[in-house]
Amino acid sequence: MTEDDLDRNRRHFLSVATAVTGAAGAGLVAVPFLSSLKPSARAQALGAPVEVPIGSIQPGEMIRVLWRGRLVFVLRRSEEMLSRLDENLDVLRDPDSAVIEQQPEYAANDTRSVRREYLIVEGSCTHLGCAPLEDFDVRPAEGWGGGFFCPCHGSRFDLAGRVHKGVPAPTNLRVPPHRFVRDDLILIGQDTGAA
Amino acid sequence: MARIEAEVGKPKGGFMRWIDDRFPFTETMKYHATEYYASKNFNVWYVFGVLAFVVLFIQLFTGIFLTMNYKPAAAEAFASVEYIMRDVEWGWLIRYMHSTGASFFFIVVYLHMFRAMLYGSYKKPRELIWIIGMLIFLVLMAEAFAGYLLPWGQMSYWGAQVIISLFGAIPWVGDALVEIIRGDYSISDITLNRFFALHVIALPLALIGLIFVHIVALHEVGSNNPDGIEIKKNKGPDGVPLDGVAFHPYHTSKDLVAIIIFLMIFCGVVFFAPDMGGYFLEHANFEPANMTATPEHIAPVWYFTPFYAILRAVPDKLWGFILFGLSVMLPLFLPWLDRARVKSIRYRGWIYKSALTLFVITFFVLGKLGTMPAEPLYVMIARIFSVFYFAFFLLMPYYTTIDKTKPVPERVVYHD
Amino acid sequence: MTKLYRLAGLMMVSLYFMTAQVLASGGGADLASANIDPDNIKSLQRGAANFMNYCSGCHSAQYVRYKTIGKDLDLSEEMLVDNLMFNADKTFETIQASMPADDAARWYGTAPPDMSLIARAKGADHVYNFLKGFYVDADSPTGVDNLVLAGTSMPHVLWELQGYQTAHFTEHQNEDGSVTTTFEGFEQVTPGSLDSEDYDEFVRDTVNFLAYMAEPIRGFRMNLGKWVMIYLIFFLIIARMLKKQIWKDVK
Repeated sequence: MTEDDLDRNRRHFLSVATAVTGAAGAGLVAVPFLSSLKPSARAQALGAPVEVPIGSIQPGEMIRVLWRGRLVFVLRRSEEMLSRLDENLDVLRDPDSAVIEQQPEYAANDTRSVRREYLIVEGSCTHLGCAPLEDFDVRPAEGWGGGFFCPCHGSRFDLAGRVHKGVPAPTNLRVPPHRFVRDDLILIGQDTGAA
Repeated sequence: MARIEAEVGKPKGGFMRWIDDRFPFTETMKYHATEYYASKNFNVWYVFGVLAFVVLFIQLFTGIFLTMNYKPAAAEAFASVEYIMRDVEWGWLIRYMHSTGASFFFIVVYLHMFRAMLYGSYKKPRELIWIIGMLIFLVLMAEAFAGYLLPWGQMSYWGAQVIISLFGAIPWVGDALVEIIRGDYSISDITLNRFFALHVIALPLALIGLIFVHIVALHEVGSNNPDGIEIKKNKGPDGVPLDGVAFHPYHTSKDLVAIIIFLMIFCGVVFFAPDMGGYFLEHANFEPANMTATPEHIAPVWYFTPFYAILRAVPDKLWGFILFGLSVMLPLFLPWLDRARVKSIRYRGWIYKSALTLFVITFFVLGKLGTMPAEPLYVMIARIFSVFYFAFFLLMPYYTTIDKTKPVPERVVYHD
Repeated sequence: MTKLYRLAGLMMVSLYFMTAQVLASGGGADLASANIDPDNIKSLQRGAANFMNYCSGCHSAQYVRYKTIGKDLDLSEEMLVDNLMFNADKTFETIQASMPADDAARWYGTAPPDMSLIARAKGADHVYNFLKGFYVDADSPTGVDNLVLAGTSMPHVLWELQGYQTAHFTEHQNEDGSVTTTFEGFEQVTPGSLDSEDYDEFVRDTVNFLAYMAEPIRGFRMNLGKWVMIYLIFFLIIARMLKKQIWKDVK
C-alpha cells in the first residue's frame, strides 16, 4: 500500500467515525424533542380517572360522561334488553369479544361488562372515531335489535357494543378500564384492585 | 499538494443524473461547497458565520416546539412558560436552549461583525454583503425584542414599555406610532399577540431570506481572509485559486471542530448556568408582569445595553432617540467611512489599531453601564464613552487616511 | 486552531466569572447568605413540611405538583398524603393555598404572592433574610415591620418559633440636612420556642425548599450536563483527528 492509500483509508475511517458519532448525538437529541410531544403532566392530571355516580340511572337509560376528553357511555340495561343479547349472534362480527384489545379481561364475557346490567363503553366508533347515536328500539324487519348507530359511515353496534357484520367499523366498541367503587359509584380509567 | 475531492459534487450516473436533469443539485453543491474555494489561512475569527447558522438552526428548531405549548395571551403567557418548564416532558431543556440561544446569537453575531472590522471584510468588493449583514442584525434585534415580551414577566413588560415609548420621541407622529405598535393604549394582550406573530412568523422569514441573500452575495465575490488579499488574483492553471481550499471537505471539517467547541460552551450554559447570573434570564422576569409596579432596577438584556447606555447618556428625549438609532446604524456606513488602502489589521498602522482597541473597550464599558442603575457618575462615564463610540466612526475617514500602512504581500501567510 | 482553543477557554473562564460575580453580589445589599444545600434531601424534606405547615395556608405554589415533590424528595405517596397534602387529595394536583386569593387580598390589602418562583425572582438570600427580618413596630397594622421589605403586609407568621425582636436604628444628620438611618441590630424581646440557631436552621430548610420549587429540574439538569459534556469531548477528539487528516497536505 502506498502512503496515499493509507491516507485514504484513514480518512475514510475517520469520516465514518465522525458521521456515526454525530448521528448518534442527533439521535439522542431527538429523544427530548419527541418526548415533549407526549401528554404533559397537566394532560395526565386532567386525564386522571373520573368517578361516576350511577345510582340514579333507571333501567333502559344511558348517561354520557367524559374521561380524558373521551366520550364514555354508561348504559343500564333492562332485563328485556339483556335478553336480546343472545339473539341474532350471526349478524355480529365478533360476538365473543375475541379481539382482546377492545376490552379488559374482566369485560370479555357475553354481556361485555363487569356487572350484567351496566354497559360501559367508549362512545367512539372504531371506524374513524365519530360518536355513535343510541337507538334502543327494536325493528325486527330491519334486523335491528337495538344498540348504537354511527351517523358518519353507518356502522352498527348492539346493546353490548358489539359490531355488526358488513359495516366499516372493524371491531367492537372499546370498554375502558373501570371498576365499581360501590354499588352506585364507578371509577373510569382505573381498575387496579380488581373489578 | 494532493487535493482531496469530496464525494458530493462528482458527476454521477443513475439516480443523481435523473435528479440533475431536473434540478441543479450537483451544480449547486459544486458552486457552494466542493468547488467554492476559500483561503486556507482562515483563523478562529472565521468560524462565527457558521456558528451563527448553527444558532439560527437551534432557535428555529426549539422555537417550533415552544410554539406548540406557549399561549400568546396576557392571562396565560406567564403560566404557559412555567407549564413548559415543569409539565411538558423535557420542556425545560427546550426552553433553556432557546433562551440561551438568544444570547449566543448575539455573542456570535457581534464576534462575526468584529471579524469584519479586523480584516476589512466590508471593504470593496464586499460592501453589499456587509449591508445585508447589517440588515440581518437589525432584524435580529427586532426578533429578540419581540421574543423578550413573550414570557410576560416583569422585565418583559417594562422593558417593552421603555423601548416602545422611545418611538414616542419622534416629533408629530411619535404618539400615533406608539399606539400603532402597541395596538392599545398600553402594552396589553393585543400587543403580546402581535409580537408573537412577529416573533414566530414575520421576522424569522425576513431573517432567513436575508441570510440566504447574504450567502449568495458572499459566494459571488468570495470570502475575505486574515490577510485581506483577493485569492482569486493568483490562480493555478486549473483555474483554482492557489491559496484556496474547497469549502467541503476542508473548511467543513474545520468548522465541525469549531461547532463542537461552541456546543460545549453552549451546553455549559444550558445545563450549568441557564440564568447566567441574571444576564441571560433576568431575575425579575420570574415574576409575572404587573402593570402597577415597575421593578426597582430595570435594564434590557445584555445585548442591547451598549446602545441603551448611549440612549440614557443623552439628557433629551428626542436626541436620545436619534443618537440611539444612529449608534445602531453607523456601522452600516463602514465601507465608505474606512479610507484605508489595506483591508487587514495586519497591515494597518498604529492609529487604526489603537482606534479599534479603544472601540472594543468602549463597547464593553457601555454594555456594562447599560446594565447598571442610572446614577450620575455612571451617566457621566457613559457620556464620555458615547463620544468615543461616535468618534470611532465619524473620525474614521480622517484617521484611516493618515494612518501609515504596511505593504501587503502577494500571497496569503499560512503556517500550520 | 490553537487560537480557537484559547478563545474558547477564555470565553468559558469569563462566563464563569460573570456568573460567580453576580451570584456573589446576590443583587442586594448586606444580605446574610442563606447558605442552602440543594443536594441535602433531608433539609428539603424538612423545608417541605415547614412550607406546608406555615406557608401554604396563605401562599400557593400553583405550578408545583405534589407528585413531583414526592419523586424528587424521596417521599412515598403515603407520606405525601399524610404529611404534606393538606389542601389537596390527589398527588397530581398543584399546591393551592387554603385561603382564597381574593379574600386574602381583602384582608391584607394585597394577595399573598405565589411561591413557585419566589426564590428565583428574589434570590434565596433575600427570602432568608426576609423571614428573619421581622421586628416589632407598633405603627404597623400587623404589629411588625420587616428589615428587608419595609412596609410588608405579611404578619410575623413564625413568631411562635422566633419570638419577637426589636430593631435598633441610629440616625445620622447629613450636611445637607437629610437623615441617614443605619440599622444597628436586633434585640430579642420575647423568646420563641426555637433558639436563634434552630430558627436559622428552620428558615434555611424552608428557603432550600423554596429554591427547589423554583426549579425542580435543577439537579437532573446538572447531572445530565456532565454526560453531554463527555459525549461532546469524545466527538471533539474524533472530529479533530478527521480535520487534521484532511488538512495534512495543505502547505
